[in-house]
Amino acid sequence: MINRSRWLPIAIVGFVTLLLVGLPLERTGNVRAVVDFLVPALATMAIFAVVCIGLNVQWGYTGIFNFGVVGFFLVGAYTAAIVTMPPADGEFSTYVGGFGQTLANVPLPGAAHWVPHLVGALAAAGISAVLALLLAWPMVRLREDYLAIALIGTAEVLRRIATEEQWLVNGSRGLAGIPRPLAGLADGDTYKYLFLALALATLALIYLLIDLGIRSPWGRVLRAIREDEGAAAAAGKNVNGFKLQGFVLGAAIMGAGGAFYAFQQGAISPETFTHFFGTFIIWAMLIAGGSGNMAGAIVGTYVIWGLWSVTLQLQGYDLPRFLADRVPHLRDTIIGLTIVVVLLVNPRGLVPERARVSRWLDRRVSSMRRAEKATTSPAAD
Amino acid sequence: MASVADRNLVDRRDGAGSGLAAGTARRLGEAAPWVVLGVLGVWSAVALTEQFVVGIIVGSLYALAAVGLTLIYGIARVSHFAHGDVMMLSAYIGFFAFTGSVAGAGASDVTLPLGLASLPGATERIWLFSFGYGLVLAILIAAVAAVPILLAIDRAVYRPLLSRGASTAIVAVSSLGVAIAVRGVMLLVWGPSGRRYSQGIRDTVELPGLPRIVADQLFILATAAILAMAAYVLLYRTRLGTAMRATADNPDLARASGIDTGSVRRWTWAVAGFLTAVAGCLLALQSQLSPELGFVLLLPIFASAILGGIGSPHGAFIGGLVVGVIGETTVGAGWIGPGYKLAVTFVVLIVVILFRPGGLFGSRS
Repeated sequence: MINRSRWLPIAIVGFVTLLLVGLPLERTGNVRAVVDFLVPALATMAIFAVVCIGLNVQWGYTGIFNFGVVGFFLVGAYTAAIVTMPPADGEFSTYVGGFGQTLANVPLPGAAHWVPHLVGALAAAGISAVLALLLAWPMVRLREDYLAIALIGTAEVLRRIATEEQWLVNGSRGLAGIPRPLAGLADGDTYKYLFLALALATLALIYLLIDLGIRSPWGRVLRAIREDEGAAAAAGKNVNGFKLQGFVLGAAIMGAGGAFYAFQQGAISPETFTHFFGTFIIWAMLIAGGSGNMAGAIVGTYVIWGLWSVTLQLQGYDLPRFLADRVPHLRDTIIGLTIVVVLLVNPRGLVPERARVSRWLDRRVSSMRRAEKATTSPAAD
Repeated sequence: MASVADRNLVDRRDGAGSGLAAGTARRLGEAAPWVVLGVLGVWSAVALTEQFVVGIIVGSLYALAAVGLTLIYGIARVSHFAHGDVMMLSAYIGFFAFTGSVAGAGASDVTLPLGLASLPGATERIWLFSFGYGLVLAILIAAVAAVPILLAIDRAVYRPLLSRGASTAIVAVSSLGVAIAVRGVMLLVWGPSGRRYSQGIRDTVELPGLPRIVADQLFILATAAILAMAAYVLLYRTRLGTAMRATADNPDLARASGIDTGSVRRWTWAVAGFLTAVAGCLLALQSQLSPELGFVLLLPIFASAILGGIGSPHGAFIGGLVVGVIGETTVGAGWIGPGYKLAVTFVVLIVVILFRPGGLFGSRS
C-alpha cells in the first residue's frame, strides 16, 4: 500500500516526462527543437502551478470551492498588463493605466527592466485580493454550492466586462505589446531560459511562503475549518474570518499567476480566458495531483499540463484527417474524465495529503510510542 | 408538501420572531417579494410588452431545466454543475436525430442518412412553424435519450461517491468533471461552431393585444406549459410524486415507510432528464446550439432554482419565469448592453442568495 502510493506518482511523472521529451524528439529528430518546445512549456507549467497553488489554498486547505478561478486569473493578467504597458494611444487602443514609462524612470538601477513588472505583479495580486475581499465579505458565509455558482457568475461577468468595455481594457481586441520582464538582460534566443528561471523562482518563492503559512498555527486552523467547521468554531476560532483570509490569499496568488501569464504571452484578449482554460484545467490539476498538498498541486500541474501540451504533437503525425481534427477536443474530454476517475478511484490524488497536525506532535507521538514499546517489550519477551 | 422539504434542505436565517408585532412583520416580509414582483411584472408587461413576452418564453425554458435541477438537488442530493452541459448535449442529440449531421474533417459536415429530416414530408412546415414533424420527433428522441445518459452518469459517478459518504462539495466537483467531459463530447462529435435546427425565414403571428411574435415561440411556450402541467400532476397527484417528495423530505423515514428510494432516485433522474432535454432542444430552437453555452447556462438555471427555494419544483418554475423576464426587460429597456444579459441573471442570483437564501417564497407557504 505504501509502496503503491509512493511509486504511482513517480511512474506517472516519469511517463509524462518520457512523452514530453520523446514525442517531439521522435517527430523532429532534433534536440534543439525539443528544447524549443520544452522550455516555454515548463515556464507555462510554472505559471499554472502558481494558480493551482492559489486554488489549493482555497479548496485544499480552506475548503472553499471556487469554480470561478478564471475570474481572478483574468483580473491578474489584465492588471499586470495595464500597469506595465505604455499609455494608450487612444487611436488603435484605449485602456486605463499605462504606467510603464513612468515606472521605468524610477531612479533605481536598471529600473526599466524590472520595476514596472514587479509593480505590475504586486498590483495584480493586490487587485485580485481586493476583488476577493469584496466578494468574500458577503459571500463567505454562503453554503458551498451557492458560493460556487456565485463565483462562476463573477468570472462570467468579469469576462463580459473585459469583452465589452472598450475604454477600460480595449474590449474584445485585447491588449498587445505587454513588455517582458528583464528583457534587456538576454537577447531573443536566450530570453526563454531567463523567463523560465524567473517563473520557477516565483513558483519557489510562493511555494515556500505558503508552506510556511500552512505549517504555522494559522494553517492548522484553516485545515481544521476544512475538516469540521462546527468543531473549529466550538474551539473558539473565528471560522468566517479564517475562511475569508484563505480565500483572499488564494485569490492573490491566482492574480500573481495571471500577471506572469500576461508577461509570458505578451498579448492577452478576452477569448483567452475561457472557463475551460482558466478554471476546469486548474481543477483537474489539483484533483489529479492531490488537494491539500503543495507537492500535489505541482505534480498535478506537471502531469496534466504535460499531457495536455504534448498530445497536441499527435496532430503532427499522419493521422486520418477526422482524427487529427479531433485531437484538441479529445484532450478536453479526457481532462473531465480525469477529475471523475480520480475522485472515484483515488480521491486523494497522486500525492496524498498526509494527515498531520504538526511536526512537533508527530515527534511527540513517535517518541511516546517508542517509550511505550521500550517499557512493554521486555515484558513480552 | 414541498415546503417541508425546503426546510430541511435549505439553510435559512430563522426570523426569531415572537409576539404579534414580529408575526405581522414576518407576514409583511413574506408578502413583500410577491408585491415587488407583481408590480415589476405588470409594469414590464405594459411598458415593455415585447421584451416581456420574450422573457416569458425564454424563462419557461429556464423553468423546465430548473425544475430538473431542483429535483436532482432535493432527491438525489447532487448539486449538479453538469446540468447546463447535459441540456446542451440533449439539444445536440436532437440536432443529430433531425439532420444526421456530425462534424467531418475540416469545416464540412458528414451527414449520415439517418436523420428524421430525410423522412418523406418531415420538413414540410406545420402551420406557420419553421419546422415539420421531423423536428418534433427529434426533440422527443432527444428527451428520451437524455434519460439513460443521466441514469448512467448517476450510476457510474454520483451514486458511488455518495454511498461512500463523500461530501456535497466532492460530489459537486465530480459533476464539474462530468460537465467538462460532456462538453468535450459535444466538441468531439459536432465541432465548436454554432448550429441551428432550421434555416430560413420564420413566420410571425399576431395575437390580439400582443406584439407580433415568431410562430415557433408559440410552440415553445405551449410545449413548456404542457410539460409543466404534466410535471405538476406527476409530482402532486400520483403515488410516485408523493414518494419523491417524501424522499426529498426525509430519505430515512421514506425508506422506513416502505418507499423504494433507489427506484425513486432513478425516476427523479428520468423526469429531470426529460424536462431538461426538452428545454435544451427548445432553447436551441429559440436561439442556437453551441458547446460553450452549456456551462454558462448554469447561471440562469441555478438562479431560477435558488430564487424559487432550492428543492421546490413549483418555486423553480416561477423562478425561471422571473429570471427570464428580468433578463430580457433590463436589456430591452436599454438599461444595460446586450452583452450583459447574463450579468443581470448573476445580480439576481447574488441578491437572492445574500438576502433570501431560502428563496423568494421559501420562508413559509
